Amino acid sequence: MIPQNHFLILGAVLFAMGLYGALTRRTAIGILMSIELILNAANINLITFNKFIGSEALGQVFALFVMAIAAASAVIGLVLVIAVYRNMKTIFTEKMNILKW
Amino acid sequence: MVRSAHLIPLFPFAAFAVNILFGRRLRKASALVSIGASFISLAIAAITFIGNARYGEGSYMVGRWLSFGGISLDFGVTVDPLSCMMLMVVTVVGTLIQIYSIGYMRDDVRFSRFFAYMSLFMGSMLGLLLSDNFVMLYIFWEGVGLCSYLLISFWFERPAAAKAGMKAFITTRIGDTGLLIGILLLFFTTKTLYFRDLGNLGINDAMLTAIALLIFCGAVGKSAQFPLHVWLPDAMEGPTPVSALIHAATMVAAGVYLVARTYGLFLSHHASLIWVAYIGAITAFMAATIATVNNDIKRILAYSTISQLGLMMLALGVGGYDGGTFHLMTHAFFKALLFLCAGSVIHAVHTQDIFKMGGLLGKMKATGWTFIIGALAIAGVPPLSGFWSKDEILSEILREGHPVLFGVAAVTSLLTAFYMFRLIFVVLFGKPRSELHAHESPAVMTVPLGILAAFSIFAGFFRPVKIEPLMMGVSIAVSAAGIGIAYVFYIAGNKVLPASFRSRFAFLYDLISNKYYVDEIYEAIIIRPAVRLAGIAAAFDSKVVDGAVNLTAYLSVIAGKVQYWFDLYIVDGIVNMTANITWLCSAVFRRLQTGFVQNYILIAFFGLAIMILIKLTGGQ
Repeated sequence: MIPQNHFLILGAVLFAMGLYGALTRRTAIGILMSIELILNAANINLITFNKFIGSEALGQVFALFVMAIAAASAVIGLVLVIAVYRNMKTIFTEKMNILKW
Repeated sequence: MVRSAHLIPLFPFAAFAVNILFGRRLRKASALVSIGASFISLAIAAITFIGNARYGEGSYMVGRWLSFGGISLDFGVTVDPLSCMMLMVVTVVGTLIQIYSIGYMRDDVRFSRFFAYMSLFMGSMLGLLLSDNFVMLYIFWEGVGLCSYLLISFWFERPAAAKAGMKAFITTRIGDTGLLIGILLLFFTTKTLYFRDLGNLGINDAMLTAIALLIFCGAVGKSAQFPLHVWLPDAMEGPTPVSALIHAATMVAAGVYLVARTYGLFLSHHASLIWVAYIGAITAFMAATIATVNNDIKRILAYSTISQLGLMMLALGVGGYDGGTFHLMTHAFFKALLFLCAGSVIHAVHTQDIFKMGGLLGKMKATGWTFIIGALAIAGVPPLSGFWSKDEILSEILREGHPVLFGVAAVTSLLTAFYMFRLIFVVLFGKPRSELHAHESPAVMTVPLGILAAFSIFAGFFRPVKIEPLMMGVSIAVSAAGIGIAYVFYIAGNKVLPASFRSRFAFLYDLISNKYYVDEIYEAIIIRPAVRLAGIAAAFDSKVVDGAVNLTAYLSVIAGKVQYWFDLYIVDGIVNMTANITWLCSAVFRRLQTGFVQNYILIAFFGLAIMILIKLTGGQ
């Protein structure tokens, strides 16, 4: 049986990759994809702890919730990206600074 | 009673308004406006006069004026023999003087203004005569005073005229103040201001005397009685028709009229009345003596007026109401005549010094003969008007039992005859004393002279003649003596006698020719201290009061500067400092908002990481 640590390491690696992507990607879509990675890392952790500690399927239910919210937030994010692109002809986040002081 | 008397003063006032407003456009026509108004007044005065004779006297109310505290004051009009007589005198004399002025003032630049003032003068005097209460009388009284000021200083380019006007105004003001106090005293003690109530006021003697004497003060000022007589001779600086009007009909008559009008007040208490008599006697004698040595044709007449007014006051003072008022009327005619004659002479020879004139009768027939008629009238030669009135005064004084006052009056009459015929002999007879190209004045001036001469002759018959042989003998003797002495001095013993008299009585001559030093005494005891006091007050004002004001101003400026500095550096400084600090802070912190989304995420992540680290390493 695969020990719990492997799962946690996978989640941490996924989280690190997501964070790295979110911090370094120039396009808004890349950042959105990285955030999805972070959410997946959180899901793996939820399921892992449910499997090894919990008795009921509470963690899995939460993971389902997170996936639903991730889908919704991805929609919102993509819509925003499209709206920004229409106005500014770019999706590079460093160009999106019109709200700066 | 004819109820039209209140219209009499309105026409001269209207003429004044027209002339003062449209004088520039009317030019010479303004004379016609004034004279026309005077004629209408004369006509109404005549109607009033006849109505008074036929239907009896009375006073009536024209309109309610004031009503306060249960006391009301009306615009009332008095119609009685006294006011009717004076109305006739003022309108007749005033009209004639205005006609005469057309000739006299012909070339004056302020022709229409002159007539405006003349009308105002007449209107004020007529209003004064008709007043039935003290307040109305006082208003018109001041109006008369104002007009005398305006007219005496009519030629205000000449400093002497301007000064004379001021002197007249201020001197009469002293009397007027007394009058005002008297009126107020009367009002506060008796709550009445009507002349008709004066007979029985029901107040104690001391108060009555005080009120009577204060009111007499006003009369003393206006009628130029001693000691306030000094303004009248100086008033000769005004144009001669003005002098005639002041002396005959308006200004000085007002004082005598006031005493006659308030006679009930004086009669009810004898002590005040005798004051009137003595003041009158002193004035009459003093002014008559001054007139004997003066050399200025108008000033001689001015002193003559003062003297005659003194005689009227004397008559009123001893209880001779009829004699006093009668003389007031006759005097108005012959004094107006004399002044207008003098004006005609001055107009012809352009000098006022009688010893530069002489022999004018040949060149100025009309003026000369009317002048002589006037002189005869004032000297009291029968049957001219002056004789009758003066005779009545003398007999009344004696009848009331005042031998000393009778003596004074008789001597004054003698002096009157003397100085008038001195004037006549020097001016009209003898040889011309200097190169004068005298010529007769135009008809517009001589015709009024003729009419006034007729009045001077016949005015004595306006009331029933009383024949008292003894008294008439005395009167005639006194007049004849005066004229005789003048003849001896100035025709028979010409040049020699006056000079020898002068040297023999040098002290007396100096005293009299310096007008008893009254002006000098006033100068020393009143004017100079007043000027000095004014100087001190002015110094106090400029040093202390102004100094205090300036100091306050200076301190205010300094305080203002301090406040400005405080405002600029402290108040504004705090505000600016707040702003600057805010700006500095924001300059640092706004750098946090970079506009890069990843920056924010990075910071948020590190923040989370730090919080977790703190949690793990032992912070609770």
